[in-house]
Amino acid sequence: MVDGVAIGALPVGGQGRNHVAWWGALCLIATEASLFAYLLFSYAYIALQNGSAWLPERHPSLALALPDTGVLLLSSVAVWWGERGVIQGRRGQHLAGLSIAIALGAIFVAVQMVEWSQKRFGLASSSYGSLYFTITGFHMVHVVVGMIILATLLGWSIAGYFGPRRHTPILIGAAYWHFVDVVWLFVFTTFYVTPYLG
Amino acid sequence: MRGLESTRKPKLVTIDGDYPGARLEAIWGAEPGLKGWLSSVDHKEIGKRYILTAFAFLILGGLEALVMRAQLAGPELRLLTPEQYNQLFTMHGLTMIFLYASPILTGFSNFLWPLLLGSRDMAFPRLNALSYWIYLAAGLFLYAGFVTGHGPDDGWFNYVPYASRAYDAGVNIDVYALGLILLGISTSVGAANFVVTFLQTRAPGMSIGRVPILTWGTLTASVANLLAVPSVSLAFFLLWMDRQFGTRFFATAGGQPLLWQHLFWMFGHPWVYAIVLPAMGMVSDGLPTFCRRPLVGYTAVALSTVATMALGFGVWVHHMFATGMPSLALSFFSGASLIITLPSAVAVFAWTATIWTGRPVITTAFLFFASMIVLFVIGGVSGFMTASVPVDWQLTDTYFVVAHLHYVLIGINVFPVVGGIYYWFPKMTGRLLDERLGQWNFWTMFVGFNVGFFPMHILGLLGMPRRVYTYAYGMGWSGLNLLVSVGSLLFAIGVLLLLVNVVVSLKRGARAGADPWGAPTLEWAVASPPPSYNFAVIPIIASRHPLWEAQLGNDGAGARSQLSHGYLLDQGRETLGTTPLDARPNLILEMPEDSLAPLLLTLGLCGLFIGGLAHAWWLAALGGLVVFGALLDWLWPRLIHADLEKANG
Repeated sequence: MVDGVAIGALPVGGQGRNHVAWWGALCLIATEASLFAYLLFSYAYIALQNGSAWLPERHPSLALALPDTGVLLLSSVAVWWGERGVIQGRRGQHLAGLSIAIALGAIFVAVQMVEWSQKRFGLASSSYGSLYFTITGFHMVHVVVGMIILATLLGWSIAGYFGPRRHTPILIGAAYWHFVDVVWLFVFTTFYVTPYLG
Repeated sequence: MRGLESTRKPKLVTIDGDYPGARLEAIWGAEPGLKGWLSSVDHKEIGKRYILTAFAFLILGGLEALVMRAQLAGPELRLLTPEQYNQLFTMHGLTMIFLYASPILTGFSNFLWPLLLGSRDMAFPRLNALSYWIYLAAGLFLYAGFVTGHGPDDGWFNYVPYASRAYDAGVNIDVYALGLILLGISTSVGAANFVVTFLQTRAPGMSIGRVPILTWGTLTASVANLLAVPSVSLAFFLLWMDRQFGTRFFATAGGQPLLWQHLFWMFGHPWVYAIVLPAMGMVSDGLPTFCRRPLVGYTAVALSTVATMALGFGVWVHHMFATGMPSLALSFFSGASLIITLPSAVAVFAWTATIWTGRPVITTAFLFFASMIVLFVIGGVSGFMTASVPVDWQLTDTYFVVAHLHYVLIGINVFPVVGGIYYWFPKMTGRLLDERLGQWNFWTMFVGFNVGFFPMHILGLLGMPRRVYTYAYGMGWSGLNLLVSVGSLLFAIGVLLLLVNVVVSLKRGARAGADPWGAPTLEWAVASPPPSYNFAVIPIIASRHPLWEAQLGNDGAGARSQLSHGYLLDQGRETLGTTPLDARPNLILEMPEDSLAPLLLTLGLCGLFIGGLAHAWWLAALGGLVVFGALLDWLWPRLIHADLEKANG
């Protein structure tokens, strides 16, 4: 017998961070994170070539973007709380956490749309406008996809598919949601914070 | 995710005739007929489809090259118009690089990985099918433009502003942009599959120091693809936006055309290594079989594979030395490009030492593997030359660079791949390729290649530019160009001989048996072709060369791998999950049944992309809905009633 392969009972299918699907989701997140890195590289590259006169607003208003950032961060907390709920078998907390996160995601998107409508430049008016709407648009699409994922998970949860012994899809959906929120911090910093530093 | 049986201890059993193979065949065998074919998720089937499709694209790309060589055989020829020539060299480049060079290696790895790793399938069999269908769809998408006269025509590198709408108003570049984004999805899901397969499905005992080098090559390429492919997908997406919606990313006023080159080559250079490292792995695994000794310097070769890729992310600007960048940047990227030859040299020395200290058996596969070392050195030296900025300024955009990239890509990709076909064809089909025809095949390709491509170095030094559809009399290029065209034709005849050999041997080749070469690795422990379940019992691995332990004696301190006595997993489609570094068993993986969802998802994506190309937004929306529906079906938790209660328990 080869050393170290005398095995006892093994879990069937794996659970949580043991599951192949969890590792697959990490790969998806890695490649999506690269996508945003290249988007932000494009912004930095064009910004550096043009200097600060290139910004249409010397100091972009934080009036909407900053509270909206808070909304998105709260939604991550809600997803985390719902995730604790499913792991610990508290069904009410599990369903409420997912529902609150979806609602906060919807608020985030709505505020973003208001912010978009208030901009005095458009997608095609300058390379700044192209970068602004494309990068925030990419992020918004990710938020919407995340909401669809969470809503699907919520539907399956209501159908009773998940519980303490079976919740890998919830962990994956939650990880994706946290990822989308972290990406927003980078997008927010790029568009709303760096102009104040220069 | 079928049930909720919490834990099980796999039985250790010994293979005895049909036991337990017959039972496993009933579980793993494919449904007959068209539906079974369309829904198959068997990695061997998908691998073979990848190889066949990629080879079809190799032939298409080769024919395009031959037409170009006919046009360039003499000065002032008018076989092609400049516009036709533009489409041909663009399609040739993108076909060879995107539709042949990477997918062919994906095909080999798909077929081989679970067999090399002692597993029953890839970690995500349905994702594997999805990856193939999207690849096929993207290939057809790109070629649909070409056959209707709207093919991409600004080179495979597709520089702006040539590729911007002002200078290329047709649909040509939009076909390229959307086709490549579609292909990028295929590459990315395939890469994720390889990464997780490597981390979780190796046979017990196959620690990371005991895996074949091919898996190191493909793993490295896959990690790189996950990080690099988004760059080119994004570049093409932004270009499509510029062309269709008036964004100004690459605009000459207010945007930055050079952004295209950065995004393209930040992807492009890691990609160059992604399409050679797995092929180098094939040589590292195949050559020792014919040298009758293990690879010299296994650990050094594995580490240099990873090191090459790590450095490969920091050399992209050497494609841009002539764009007027600051000399500090040029110096940095020149230095990095010179240094990257070091890990490459490690592999060259390891192969040479393996031949030198072994007892080589001169088969066709050996000739292809060994000749690759020579071509690699020539291509490596010309690469080292152009890594130097002043030399590059002299040679950029000349035929010298064409010679370099063909020595690298044909030398390190096509030659190992053809060697790999001779080596693994018996495993895939159960029959050996003919050796006598094989020798003719090799020498025709080898001589044809060098006659066809070596003179290009000289043409480049004489100043002949790339991408020109003809040249004037009296430039001093005519004789060499004729030689190049003759060599290319000879090379093509060599490839034709391979096809003849394949067709003849499929019917009349000698029966191979499980292990016709006396090879060391696990794929040769199972029948040729392998059964649907690969391994009747999951083997237990004690060394790098499980089939050579008797000959090598002291390897692994006398420990012996167990191939016919191992874990029985027969409660549905299952394989063993192991820990990432040491490969200790830690779970039983439930593998999916065959499914039509991957094909359906691909059709939805086709609707999305064709809709985007034609601005038929209803079609794009419909495609998106089909994608969503296919994903729902794919991921729907399949539970029986009793499990529902347990889930909540």
